[in-house]
Amino acid sequence: MGMPITVEVVDSDDTKLLADVFGFFREVDNRYSTYKADSEISRINNGLAKTAWSAEMRGVLHLCDITKQQTNGYFDIEHDGRLDPSGLVKGWAIWEAAKRLHKRGVQNFYVEAGGDIQTNGKNAERQPWTVGIRNPFNPDEIVKVLRIRNEGVATSGTYIRGEHIYNPHQPGTPPAEVQSLTVVGKNIYEADRFATAAFAMGKDGINFIERTDGLEGYMVDDNGTATFTSGFQEYVYA
Amino acid sequence: MKKPIIGIFILGTLIVYSAGIRHEQPKISAPSSLTTNDSSTTAGDSPTPTASSSGSAAPPTNTSSSNPSNSPAATSSTSKTNSTRSTSSTKSVSGYKDGSYTGSVADAYYGNVQIKATISGGKITGVTFLQYPHTHSTSVYINQQAMPYLQQEAIKAQSSNVNIVSGATYTSQAFIKSLGSALAQAA
Repeated sequence: MGMPITVEVVDSDDTKLLADVFGFFREVDNRYSTYKADSEISRINNGLAKTAWSAEMRGVLHLCDITKQQTNGYFDIEHDGRLDPSGLVKGWAIWEAAKRLHKRGVQNFYVEAGGDIQTNGKNAERQPWTVGIRNPFNPDEIVKVLRIRNEGVATSGTYIRGEHIYNPHQPGTPPAEVQSLTVVGKNIYEADRFATAAFAMGKDGINFIERTDGLEGYMVDDNGTATFTSGFQEYVYA
Repeated sequence: MKKPIIGIFILGTLIVYSAGIRHEQPKISAPSSLTTNDSSTTAGDSPTPTASSSGSAAPPTNTSSSNPSNSPAATSSTSKTNSTRSTSSTKSVSGYKDGSYTGSVADAYYGNVQIKATISGGKITGVTFLQYPHTHSTSVYINQQAMPYLQQEAIKAQSSNVNIVSGATYTSQAFIKSLGSALAQAA
């Protein structure tokens, strides 16, 4: 995926836990990276027979289909006849990694990949995790601090690794007027896939987040104005 | 239980709704911002008539005079003052006393509504739903259709002392270190 991954586990010194998580991300990258010629997704795009697809891949692509339906077609992994599920895989993988940690009995941790976050329990100070929303105009600045317990936080924007999100209904045009959209959901899988889709909707995206149960959002537009959903304040610390 | 927007508005909207009258869906750009800064506390641009019963809402828009017992943290139906059409009356904001005001629990037959409003510097700086109906799918539908739900604010820099950064290109630890040292210089 070509992005930094951070894992912090508060209640264990066992570095094997971390190694396991990073190993899992490596597997995910090897399977879903469209930048790797020998990844399964690349082979699929090069004509690998459907019968040879892994069960996991089928599952993930099925989730992509569902998400497409739920977002009115805005979440679409098919560009120019090729599949690129990375808009869903990142959140999915973080959530899977978090579930692995949880299964090992770890209660207090976070997993972050490329600015998308799953938290669990509390931080080292026995407080809810604090999550800063980066200023899309200035990467050195935080414009909002959230307190997050067992939720996922994902931010979509044009400023992370170039414009990696686009509007399938208007290919070629970047979503207008929205600089970044942060979504808090019950887990990072939900937050990430809907952040991706809602960002592609442009200014309507925040309305979509408001309408969708279990999601709250914070959108920063070109003017430096933030628009946020009715329940967002619940997470705001500063 | 959250949904920071005037409760009376919902109730009013419900009445309108049940009367079968169509109302406009609020636009995203409408500054329904109760939260912060400048926009002097528009209490939602509700085109709605008031819900008679249930005083829940934010500090009455018709303000102090009509409401002598308006003390901080007064839990009661403080705002009897039917805040009919909040927009028009919002200009008289400055009469609010600072504090947190909790409205009474209002039964909107599809669920309870309760509001807490915070006044600072004579202005509404925050409105929170302590209770908010979202059990029945119908009430959810009504609320989602009816509320000028979104709020706005100007972004401004906050402390960089956070565990994790969302929207990061590099890890938060590095970020904290970096900005922390910058702030040390700025101090």
